[in-house]
Amino acid sequence: MAEMMFRDALRRALDEEMRRDPLVFLMGETIAERGGSYKVTEGLLATYGPRRVIDTPIAEASFTGMGVGAALVGCRPVVELLFVDFAMLAMDQIVNQAAKFAFISGGQAKVPLVVRTQGGAGNGLAAQHSQSLEALFYHVPGLKVVMPSTPRDACGLLKAAIRDDHPVVFIEHKLLYMTQGPVPDEEYVIPLGRAEVKREGSDVTLISWSLMALKCLEAAAVLAREGVSVEVVDLRTLTPLDKETVLNSARKTGRVAVVHEAVKRGGVGGDIAAMLMEEAYDDLDGPVLRIAGRNTPIPYNLNIERACVPSVEDIVAGVLDLL
Amino acid sequence: MGNTAEPSGRERSGPPELSEEVLVRMHRSVYATRQFELACVDGYRRGLIRGYLHPYLGEEAVAAGACAALRPDDYITSTHRGHGHCISKGADLGRMMAEIMGKETGYCKGRGGSMHIADRQFNNLGANGIVGGGIPIATGAAMGIRVRGTDQVVVCFFSDGASNNGVFAESLNLAGIYALPVVYLLENNGYAVSTPIECSTGCCDLAGRGPAYGVPGACVDGNDAVAVYRATLAAVTRARRGEGPTLIEAKTFRHGGHHVNDPGLYMDPEALAAWKARDPLRLMRAAVGEERAAAIETAVDAELRAAVEFAAASPEPDVDAFLAEIEEA
Repeated sequence: MAEMMFRDALRRALDEEMRRDPLVFLMGETIAERGGSYKVTEGLLATYGPRRVIDTPIAEASFTGMGVGAALVGCRPVVELLFVDFAMLAMDQIVNQAAKFAFISGGQAKVPLVVRTQGGAGNGLAAQHSQSLEALFYHVPGLKVVMPSTPRDACGLLKAAIRDDHPVVFIEHKLLYMTQGPVPDEEYVIPLGRAEVKREGSDVTLISWSLMALKCLEAAAVLAREGVSVEVVDLRTLTPLDKETVLNSARKTGRVAVVHEAVKRGGVGGDIAAMLMEEAYDDLDGPVLRIAGRNTPIPYNLNIERACVPSVEDIVAGVLDLL
Repeated sequence: MGNTAEPSGRERSGPPELSEEVLVRMHRSVYATRQFELACVDGYRRGLIRGYLHPYLGEEAVAAGACAALRPDDYITSTHRGHGHCISKGADLGRMMAEIMGKETGYCKGRGGSMHIADRQFNNLGANGIVGGGIPIATGAAMGIRVRGTDQVVVCFFSDGASNNGVFAESLNLAGIYALPVVYLLENNGYAVSTPIECSTGCCDLAGRGPAYGVPGACVDGNDAVAVYRATLAAVTRARRGEGPTLIEAKTFRHGGHHVNDPGLYMDPEALAAWKARDPLRLMRAAVGEERAAAIETAVDAELRAAVEFAAASPEPDVDAFLAEIEEA
């Protein structure tokens, strides 16, 4: 296992899938000549040529819709939206078209489309370039939502997303691109819909995904020094949701907090908390806690930006409250 | 008045020989669409059909002419007013009617209905309930054809209403950049729901929007299937050669309101009378000849009777089976 950066792991997934299947192609703003804002697609134009690595104009609604059309005729497009905030320009194509076609055609059509995009706060990019909008996609039947936290997961899950016959929204946190982690040398795929217990523990379960899963691991290390044993479940994919792993962990520890960067109101955490109430009420020792982003647009100034999303300290404090 | 017919397809492409096969096919499409829509309206009045139903009455020649220029493996995208596209591309009337009646035997097993019929066999990628929603999809289908390396083309049906949506501008621009094999077939029927075209754009001649994106534009008489066929054939030939997209504006007129329950009282009665005097079915009969027309029509009448009977007798989707199906998803 070699250490690899998150962005390089993503590139490896794209490269391997493009080599494996000539129907896989990439479309997006500045992805070809420039290699992408975060260098994820660097070098792929030289390998696969301009027919499969395509720079688009700034026309999110239509080039996302082109992904739907290309998927309908048998290709496996990976459309990149520079920021998840920009996905709002393409919501008709994602929500009304991609998510619906297999269903409304009575199963005649399939839409093997991946929308790769980037989200999250932390770089002082202000309100229109820092959002965590996964709840919007999570809410829509017909979409799968993937949010990896490590280079290993990023590579394996992106490969699975490309091979999936249904539309997948694949959201990468902007602070993860330069993170490092071990990645298997041999080819591997991580199936969608399987959470991973990233740290085992017995007192409290933290359920999280993307960057916040790493913060949960940091918090667990701090709490371990105080004698608190924390289990960290990294969902990795929000839909399909791995209810079994979540329920097993909740039943084991009896105390659960869901931790996400997205605003608390209407967030995925509320849905998971409700699911735990419905299906594991008798096994819980107390209410499920949500540790989540503040109900506000993300501000520009770094100090007040930091105050809007959960920190390691917030998670530690939340866990201590649960005990 | 925005919709003065200005046929120009003939001048542009010269008059290629019209084969008997093409004439017969176009008449079959025009007549079958007309009768199918009348049967749908009748089914709606009798309570066999519910939901939204947007008849293609008066516009039949556009789909008939355009689809006659296509191979079975060429693709189309369609609209909420899509029955004519579907029929002209080759769809089975029974499975269509069954879908519109919400039956399990319909094209979409009763999950889609009138606004969402797709037909995989003839590469009809599907109708669309979102005005303009099919335009990027058609553009992407053409990109997919490019990636796969085949010589198919896509015809994208949409309307004057959709041409004022942002994706129209974006998609024409995109198709122009990549010289994609797509023909944008703009059905200008004069109204976006109830808003007359003069109130929704400062320039009613919409073919002119193509050249702004490096996409040639042509304007044809949309009530004349032969004119639509010739213009589409020229555009399809160009697209198949890798020379890129074309925008065709087919000027036509609805024979009624926006949907089955809209009496269309806002429509200009004089314009309506003038367009009805140039009824696409009558024009097509003249082109194909009365005798041949009668034989085609007798066959379609029998086919349609059987289609309605099949649909009416078909079972509704089973609720438990449906719930089990979505549980798996």
